[in-house]
Amino acid sequence: MMQHAHYLIVGASHAALSALHAIRLHDAEGDVTLLTRDDSLPYSPTVLPYVVSGRSDPGRVFLRDEGYFSEHKVNYLRGAKVQKLNSGESAVELADGSKIGFDKLLLATGAAPMLPAIPGLAGLKFHVLRTLADAVSLREALPRIKRALVLGGGLIGMHAAENLAKGGVEVSVVEMQPHVLAGYFDAEASGMIEAVFAAKGVRLLLGTSVAAFTPNGEGCRAKLADGTEIDADLLLVATGVAPVTDFLDGSGVETERGVLVDEHMRTNVANIWAAGDVAQARGFYSSERIINGILPDAVDQGRIAGMAMAEDPGTHDYAGGVPLNTYSFFGQHAVSVGVHEGALEASGVEVKKQVDAAHNHYLKIVLKDRRLAGIFGVNAAFDPGIMWELILRGIDLGDEKLAFLRSPQDTARALMSKNWR
Amino acid sequence: MGAAYETIHFKAEACDGCNDCMTACAMAKTQTEEHLHSRIQIVPSGEGFELAICRQCGDPKCVLNCPAAALSKNAGSGVVDWDGSKCVNCLLCTVGCAYGGIAYDSIASHVIKCDMCEGAPACVQACTPGALKHITTARIYNEAGKLEDLFAPGLSGCQGCNTELIMRHALRRIGPDVVVATPPGCIPGMGSVGYNGLTGTKVPVFHPLLTNTASMLAGVRRQYKRAGRDVLAVALAGDGGTADVGFQSLSGAAERGEEILYICVDNEGYMNTGMQRSGCTPYGAWTSTTPVGERAHGKTQDAKNLPLLMVMHNCDFVATASTAFMEDLYDKLDRAIVAAKTGFAYLHIYSPCTTGWRFPSDQNVEVARKAVETNFVLLWEFNPADGLQFTHPVENARPIDEYLEVLGKYRHLDPDQVAHIERSLANNLARIRGFAAAEGTASAEAGRA
Repeated sequence: MMQHAHYLIVGASHAALSALHAIRLHDAEGDVTLLTRDDSLPYSPTVLPYVVSGRSDPGRVFLRDEGYFSEHKVNYLRGAKVQKLNSGESAVELADGSKIGFDKLLLATGAAPMLPAIPGLAGLKFHVLRTLADAVSLREALPRIKRALVLGGGLIGMHAAENLAKGGVEVSVVEMQPHVLAGYFDAEASGMIEAVFAAKGVRLLLGTSVAAFTPNGEGCRAKLADGTEIDADLLLVATGVAPVTDFLDGSGVETERGVLVDEHMRTNVANIWAAGDVAQARGFYSSERIINGILPDAVDQGRIAGMAMAEDPGTHDYAGGVPLNTYSFFGQHAVSVGVHEGALEASGVEVKKQVDAAHNHYLKIVLKDRRLAGIFGVNAAFDPGIMWELILRGIDLGDEKLAFLRSPQDTARALMSKNWR
Repeated sequence: MGAAYETIHFKAEACDGCNDCMTACAMAKTQTEEHLHSRIQIVPSGEGFELAICRQCGDPKCVLNCPAAALSKNAGSGVVDWDGSKCVNCLLCTVGCAYGGIAYDSIASHVIKCDMCEGAPACVQACTPGALKHITTARIYNEAGKLEDLFAPGLSGCQGCNTELIMRHALRRIGPDVVVATPPGCIPGMGSVGYNGLTGTKVPVFHPLLTNTASMLAGVRRQYKRAGRDVLAVALAGDGGTADVGFQSLSGAAERGEEILYICVDNEGYMNTGMQRSGCTPYGAWTSTTPVGERAHGKTQDAKNLPLLMVMHNCDFVATASTAFMEDLYDKLDRAIVAAKTGFAYLHIYSPCTTGWRFPSDQNVEVARKAVETNFVLLWEFNPADGLQFTHPVENARPIDEYLEVLGKYRHLDPDQVAHIERSLANNLARIRGFAAAEGTASAEAGRA
């Protein structure tokens, strides 16, 4: 007989666990099955660079233990990769051919590394960093290598580059954009981050790309667009990720770049929801549906999806994705919340920027109509959670505007504290 | 049933910005006075101050945001625990917190958050203006939650009334070895005695006359004692049945030292029969028998001080209590239960009446709190050995207007009447202070024997 679950959750990272939490807050009994293609307890992709560096013990990164699943009556199935979704039949088919039926399904399959179409790449041994197994294998490779090439200067690439460099490896990063961490920081802030990496001996090759790879012993030789050649014992491809939606082909679930969802994270199929890196949901700044692809948003989306699935009367609409991130590097930190002035209509926009290059301090505040639209800092003190809330609530800074520009952390703390009471 | 936890409360209007809390926190956590290390942050806000501190959320988003399993909600203490050995410094927790409760400490190079100092917060101890308070009432919820509720579900009290809370909490604490007397009033009126041959309690309950509650209970207790059974005799009565109609039997039982726990729920009138005045209705209050019109302006006499009258009976235990101060109420209830096994114990609990006093039904506890904070109601306890003692002295009382203005029954008051009330309260306070200053006599038991 086919297995059946009232709530079936595919995936076991932040969106999935947040949904599970929300379901259990409202429905303590309804049977839940959680599927993961991994052979381990749940973990976060975000912790993987720290597993590579040795900061995190791969045996201690799990977000839930067995006790949690038994206490909450959750059927946690490992090594269960979903091959196909049959929405008409309300069932998924696993790689081993077995089927699981569901009343309600959450797709929280996340994203997988996107491989660039570079001649020669397919024939090489290279690493990616998306699973715990990837991280462990990269860590195991470290002692054997002297030179590493990181393809991509996004968050994963930069984290990995730092941790490889800390391990004594000579690292080169190739990034197509003129700056690292494009999208989160402007040229000036990115420049500060780049300077720190350069000072630590990391070679950054920006605004360029690899034209072709050739094998070179255990490693590779990369030929850049300008003819420069780089030899490396290890290649890490971190050129971005794409939602895992291949198993949805022919299922009737609408996808664009990700799975299209409404304000309750519901897909076009009435009993199927999606949340986290796989979901394409409305953005905060426009009604266009975007893939926000960040952990705190996955938690939020998962919660809303879980509440909607459990028919919790407290279910609220998704406020829309706000780009935000925190990034720590070599003991320093950069935080971005919201959008830069370029993304806004010019009227009513005010920008205040404070830069102290000598001390690696950078702070930029973007206001629109006396409301916070974005705040960006390198080694600047402010609470990203409060700033996010100020943006979501559209709080008019009113008379506090000047104080906010002068001292955003204290002023925002006072504003929120007062708002909560 | 989930657990409740201790918490730190901030009273913004009392904060003077001295920052001693931050110094104390930094000292406790890092042995330095560097405020950057403080887990509590006081920030200026206009003329006053606000704060950023971990709320130890019930459903913490910082925990859900942590990719390294370094944060967890401790089911025992309720604290959101941070494990430095797992933290990877990614700061995603700070994105999840909209209170500024977990923040990056740039000297320590990791996030810091309040851990409640293992139940004795250093910041609270250092707060001289009294803006920070360590709230430990969760203990009551956790302990009482494990005790059986001895009333049937679905009592039909008025919306927002605190009497049901008083009854259920009292009986949970007293336990099943009890006989309860509920003379006519709101308490049987809401169904505690029951209907059609079924009682509203899971323990024996009876409905005495207004006049004979204490004498009937005296007999019940004596009979059980003779039979060798330790059964507590408890009255749950209103102020009318206690202060006026039932006073003769009450006074007699108290004077004889009958072993009774007499709980008077004082809503300052005969509220269930149409809001008539009682001996406990305060001066100036509107009731249906002290109306407000062209000539009449509410009650023209002061309330009698019933708990003080019981002190004059030299009862083994007398106390006043308020549902705005549940820890205080519970302490007194515990002592009253013990005292009622050997003598007369009298507990006088104030019960703001949403219907009869005319205020919004979500304001009951707030009204009860204002009554205490304006010294309209004084919280004290008495036993013959230690005399009378304040349990929640209010030194800088709030202006009486703050209490009167929230109650419809005082809406008509003119300045002379308010002045009268102020004088009465001052006299009452002085009188009770006089008793509090006097020594108790350890010879009370001997005197009675």
